[in-house]
Amino acid sequence: MSEPAILVENLGKRYQIGLRGARRQTLRDAIMQTAAAPLQQFQRLSGMARANETFWALRDVCCAIQPGEVVGIIGRNGAGKSTLLKILSRITEPTEGRALIHGRVASLLEVGTGFHAELTGRENIYLNGSILGMKRREIESKFDDIVEFSGIEKFIDTPVKRYSSGMTVRLGFAVAAHLESEILIVDEVLAVGDAEFQKKCLGKIRDVAVGGRTVLFVSHHMAAVSRLCKRAIVLESGSIRYSGEVGNAISTYLGQTRVGSRAWPPGPKRPGNDVVRLCAVRLRDGRDEIVESVDVGASIFFEIEYEVMQPGQVLVPNAHVFIADGSCAFVTHDVDPAWRGRARPVGIYRSIVEIPGNFLNEGWITIGAAISTYHPFIVHCFEPDAVTFEVTESGRPGPARGDFAGRVPGVLRPLLTWRTDPSNGVLAH
Amino acid sequence: MPATPITDCDVPASAALPPAGDLPDTDLALAAETIRRSAPLPTLVIRPTRGWRSVDLRELWAHRELLYFLAWRDIKVRYKQTVLGAAWAIIQPVTTMLVFTLFFGKLGGLQKQTSVAYPIFVYAALLPWQFFATSVSQSGQSLIAGAHLISKVYFPRLLIPFATLGAPLVDMAISSCVMALLMIWYGVPLTLSALALPLFLLGTIVAVVGVGTLLAALAVAYRDFRHVVPFLVQIWMFSSPVLYPFERVPERWRLAYALNPMAGLISGYRSALLGEEFHWAAIGVSLGVAVALFFVGTVYFVRVERRFADIV
Repeated sequence: MSEPAILVENLGKRYQIGLRGARRQTLRDAIMQTAAAPLQQFQRLSGMARANETFWALRDVCCAIQPGEVVGIIGRNGAGKSTLLKILSRITEPTEGRALIHGRVASLLEVGTGFHAELTGRENIYLNGSILGMKRREIESKFDDIVEFSGIEKFIDTPVKRYSSGMTVRLGFAVAAHLESEILIVDEVLAVGDAEFQKKCLGKIRDVAVGGRTVLFVSHHMAAVSRLCKRAIVLESGSIRYSGEVGNAISTYLGQTRVGSRAWPPGPKRPGNDVVRLCAVRLRDGRDEIVESVDVGASIFFEIEYEVMQPGQVLVPNAHVFIADGSCAFVTHDVDPAWRGRARPVGIYRSIVEIPGNFLNEGWITIGAAISTYHPFIVHCFEPDAVTFEVTESGRPGPARGDFAGRVPGVLRPLLTWRTDPSNGVLAH
Repeated sequence: MPATPITDCDVPASAALPPAGDLPDTDLALAAETIRRSAPLPTLVIRPTRGWRSVDLRELWAHRELLYFLAWRDIKVRYKQTVLGAAWAIIQPVTTMLVFTLFFGKLGGLQKQTSVAYPIFVYAALLPWQFFATSVSQSGQSLIAGAHLISKVYFPRLLIPFATLGAPLVDMAISSCVMALLMIWYGVPLTLSALALPLFLLGTIVAVVGVGTLLAALAVAYRDFRHVVPFLVQIWMFSSPVLYPFERVPERWRLAYALNPMAGLISGYRSALLGEEFHWAAIGVSLGVAVALFFVGTVYFVRVERRFADIV
């Protein structure tokens, strides 16, 4: 492997927090403190404050990012993501440690940085491009592409202050999308703009990634991270909690732990309403044991136990299956002909659905349990995180993976029937 | 094996890696980039720095286009959506000149102490003074006004106060036309002394950069300077020979007086425009102080600029 594009060693950033004024006890103290306040204020402003008025936004962060890698950075607000990006973009200096960057960096911490409301779209393209580090000739040569990408040709000579916020964002992203650099640092740009714009951004970032450039991508949008990145870094309270395969990183971030069964004690705390309440959910393997992980080839049984307290309603239990990034893989509901359109009498029931082996791909799966009535549509209860388990696999040759040893992409990995006919010119058709 | 282990529903298939050995023509640019990338890349080391640093001239030079664009933005924006537009660059100094002539020249009796008509006497000093006053106030506030840039993108921070000089320079160029008209009106001929004007202009720019960067850097940490600057500019004007002739200062105090860089420089402008005798010793002192301020301002700025993004 060649030299890393970004090498981060023991990086740390300490910030000062505001001086918390000590409580004034007596008039004499108050007078003394008022007199001393300008001095204290000066000490604080000039950075001579004591260490206990500081906190580490980032500490002991080490990582290496190879050229061409697309790495997601995820973490809660205040975990240090933006601080890390700001250090790598040279906006702020680290307090300790160092980072080596091999190649030119374009960083996009905001869309449309430096846009001036009074200037026209055309003028702002030049201004913003220049601020982002483009040369004038470069902007001139890409000008038409930028305008086309932004989709606001008609308003290019209108002052930006008359633009809708969506148009401003599109113009800003269009400029940034045409930056040329080996390394691209992107912070949460997808948080703005509508769905169509987000899709366009993602597509562009993908193009950049496929073009062999190194991308650091911060987002709260897990589906985007998992789609763009193979690897992700989870930051927590300023340090790296996990760094590795994106699915695991997202699971770590979302705080997923395996839960094979849950039960609620009788009473109004059980999820549901006066008609029906959930009692328990369980995940069992073929031998009726409660499990928290399952081999990719084995069947798994999801069981919903519930109490019907009012007769006369047609109840349909259903299961919502989510993958690690929170997107829904599929929904399945009870179509057992024995109960179809038939109201359940009062009592405790157990509905079980089998998810076959060789169907789900490896990774984290969360199943939500719900009980609904469809005519009229009522959701009596919905427990989105009923059980969480891991579909595991050995990586050895198997039914659906065949002889391929790498990671098989996709939400599902069904075992489908393939047929190959020899094509030596004697085929019937 | 699968081409790419990225799962996706939204992005068109063209985004996927083309199979090896089947590179479409449209990917020539990509191939070119790959070749270019095999050339050695610049390596940047990011680490904490301490103490005094020198100004990175090479980096400033590399960003000269940005300096131009930032100044261009200020010039463009300055008179947008105004009825009179660039005429304001003339109205301001002319009105000031009229007011000064009436109150200081006539009522205050200063017009008896000048060798030429008081309006042209004052206007010759207002040209450099207004440039100095506006650029010092604007560059002093520039970092606070540009806080959004400082916290979102990297470029040499010195460009921000530097760029604020652009618009006042243009204003000065426009208001110089009035000076020409005044000289014709009052029959003051342009002499060879005018050749010295670029020196004084350069000296003023040097002084402005020094004071402006110093105030800008201080204002980031100490917002007190927001109140200091207008006050400072006002006092500075009365301490400079704008309303009264330089010669009013007693001979033995003149060199001390020239420690105010604008004292020597304004007297220089006036001598150059009105064809009077130069006070070279005083001008020399003022230029020296301007250069000293320039170094103090920029070096202090560069020392503290690493904290700007954290505190602005």
